Amino acid sequence: MEAFTRFESVVAVLPQENIDTDQIIPARFLTTTQRAGIGQGCFADWRFDAEGNERPDFPLHRPELRGAGILAAGRNFGCGSSREHAPWALHDYGIRAVISTRIADIFRNNALKNGVLPIVVSDADWQRIAGFEGRKIVVDLEAPCIELPDGSTIAFEIEAFARECLLKGVDQLGYLLLQEAAISAFEQARAA
Amino acid sequence: MKTIIDKIWDAHCVRPESDDAPAVLYVDLHLVHEVTTPQAFDELRARGLAVRRPERTLATLDHSTPTLPANPDGTLPYKDAATRNQVDTMLANCREFGITLHGFDSGQRGIVHVMGPELGATQPGMTIVCGDSHTATHGAFGALAFGIGTTEVGHVLATQCLLQRRPKTLAVTVNGTLPPEATAKDLILHIIGVLGMDGGTGHVIEYRGEAIRALSMEGRMTVCNMSIEAGARAGLIAPDEVTFAYLRGRPNAPQGADFDAAVACWKQLVSDPDARYDREVVIDAADVRPTVTWGTNPGQVIAVDQHVPAQRTAAAARSLSYMGFDGDAPLLGRKVDVVFVGSCTNGRIEDLRAVAGVLRGRKVAGHVRMLVVPGSHAVKRQAEAEGLHRVILAAGAQWREPGCSMCLAMNGDEVGAGELCVSTSNRNFEGRQGKGARTVLASPATAAACAVAGTIADPRNYAPLAEEAA
Repeated sequence: MEAFTRFESVVAVLPQENIDTDQIIPARFLTTTQRAGIGQGCFADWRFDAEGNERPDFPLHRPELRGAGILAAGRNFGCGSSREHAPWALHDYGIRAVISTRIADIFRNNALKNGVLPIVVSDADWQRIAGFEGRKIVVDLEAPCIELPDGSTIAFEIEAFARECLLKGVDQLGYLLLQEAAISAFEQARAA
Repeated sequence: MKTIIDKIWDAHCVRPESDDAPAVLYVDLHLVHEVTTPQAFDELRARGLAVRRPERTLATLDHSTPTLPANPDGTLPYKDAATRNQVDTMLANCREFGITLHGFDSGQRGIVHVMGPELGATQPGMTIVCGDSHTATHGAFGALAFGIGTTEVGHVLATQCLLQRRPKTLAVTVNGTLPPEATAKDLILHIIGVLGMDGGTGHVIEYRGEAIRALSMEGRMTVCNMSIEAGARAGLIAPDEVTFAYLRGRPNAPQGADFDAAVACWKQLVSDPDARYDREVVIDAADVRPTVTWGTNPGQVIAVDQHVPAQRTAAAARSLSYMGFDGDAPLLGRKVDVVFVGSCTNGRIEDLRAVAGVLRGRKVAGHVRMLVVPGSHAVKRQAEAEGLHRVILAAGAQWREPGCSMCLAMNGDEVGAGELCVSTSNRNFEGRQGKGARTVLASPATAAACAVAGTIADPRNYAPLAEEAA
C-alpha cells in the first residue's frame, strides 16, 4: 500500500447527508472480480444521465472542481452496504480524503485500508472547510490536521494503529500474520 | 456486571486492545459469498497464503445468481457474462482453498443470512462475520455478528482473526406487547425511525424487553438484520428457549448430549442485571403500527396511514422529490408498480405465510408485477410443502428461485426507472433496486396488501379471508 503522509488537493463539497455506498458505487458495478477501473462507476447515477452523458449539475464536473481529491460531504457519509468497492471507487476516481461530521463504521474501516482518509470534524469546522470549496487544502496525517488556505489548521483524531499503517504504507494483514503464535495458543486453550 | 456483548467480546480476544493497537478478535464463523470475496482470494494467492480454518468458513451463492429457473439446456439464465464469471470464480476459489460451498447442486443454498441459521451453523456466543452489512441477522441467536469489507475478508481467511476496537453498547428495550397488526418488520422500522439512520454508529445494539422475547426466531432475525440501517455495527438478542428450540436438530448444531451441554453454556449468555450500557433507549411496543418508509433512507418512516411529513429540511425535500411524493399528504392510494417479497430481511417461511395469508382468495392488481423470492431452497421446499406457492401463483405473482434478487438488483431482477416498488427488503436508497427505482420498505403483509390494492394500502384492510370465502 502507498504511504499517506500529506496530501494537498482541491476540496469539493457534496452537502447531502447520508450519502450511502449505493450512491458511491451502484450495485450493478459490483459484478467485477477485480479492483482496477472501478472508478468509472463512482457516483455513476449522479455523474451520468440515462444516455451516459456527464451531468453538468454534478459538483465535480464544474471546471474548478474537476480532479478534486478531497470531498467535504454531509453527515453520515458511507452508510449502508459494506462493499469495499466504495473506497476502491473513490480512490480510483482520485479521492484521497473524505471529511464529514459523521462517517459510517464499515466504510471508515474499509477506507482506512485503502488510502482514503475518513476524517470526522465538528459542524463548525466542516462549515469552515466547505467555505473553501474550489481551493486547495492540505490533509496532514503526521500532525494530524487539515491546513486551510487562510493559514489556520483543524486538528482531527484518527485511530492510532490505522494512522501508523498509513504513514508507513504497510497493510494490516502483515501485523495479523505476526500474531500466529497467540492465535494458535488461543485455539488450543479453547479446545482444552 | 457485563453485557452479553462484553461477554462475547472478552471470550474472543486473542489480544486485548491497547492505545496503540486494536484487539485481535477471533472469528468463529466466516460466511462468504461471490460478490465481496474474489479480490480477497487473489490477495491470498499473491501472498502464498492458505485459508487458516476452512472448517470455520462457509460459502454460498446468492447476490449475482439468477432467480429464474435453468434454461432447457441446463444452463442458468445469468444477467450477463460478468455475473456468471463472478459465480464461476467463487466455485473455483472454494475448490482451491477447500471451503464448503452450498452451490447450485446443494439443496441448502440460500441467501447467506438465511442459510447460516437454517443449517444451525449460527450459534449463540459466536463471533460471526461476512462481507455483507446484514450479517447482524445472526445476532438473533445471541451471536456477535457484523459486516466487514473485502480486505478484512482476506484477514479472516488468512488468520481467522480481525483487528477491532471494542464497540460501544446500546440497549434498545421494547416494553409491552406489539399490537396484532404489527410485525417484527414494523417494529424495526419504527426503531430505526426513533434512533435515526446514524443513531447506532459505533455501537452494538442489544434488543431486549417483553416484545423482543415474544418474537419468533424469524422475527428476531428481521429485527437484528436491520441494525445496520440505524448505523449500528451489530445487533443481538440474548438466547432463550425459543433460540434453543430452533437450533435443536439442525445439521451443523451440536447433536444429542453435546447439544444439552451447549445449551447449558448458552444460558450464561445474558447481560448481568446491573450491566451498564453506553446508551439506553426504551420503546413502547404498543406504539408500533404497520410502518413504511416515505423517503430514500430507512430512518424516514411513518405508519402506513399517516401523512408524509411536510418538507422541513433539504434532505427531506430531496427525498420527496426523488420519490415523487408530496409533503403533508397521504401515502395510501399512491399507485404501486412492483412488489418484491424476499431478501435476508423478510425471505423466510413466516414471511411467505404472511404473504400467502393476504393473497389467498385475492388477485394481484393487473398493473402490478409481484416477485416472491424465497430466501433459500429450504424455505422454498417448506413453502411448497405447505402449498403457499400455489396461492402466490394463483394470485398472479411470480414464484422464483432463492437469492438476493431485487433487494439490490445485481442479478437482473430490477425495478424500472421511475417505478414505485413496495419491498420487504432493507434499503430504500436512491437507485437501490435499479437505476431511478423508487422503494417503499414494508412488512410482508403490507407488501401483499399493496399488491392486491395496486396502491399503497393498509394491511388491516386485507386480513386473511375465511377458508370458505377463499
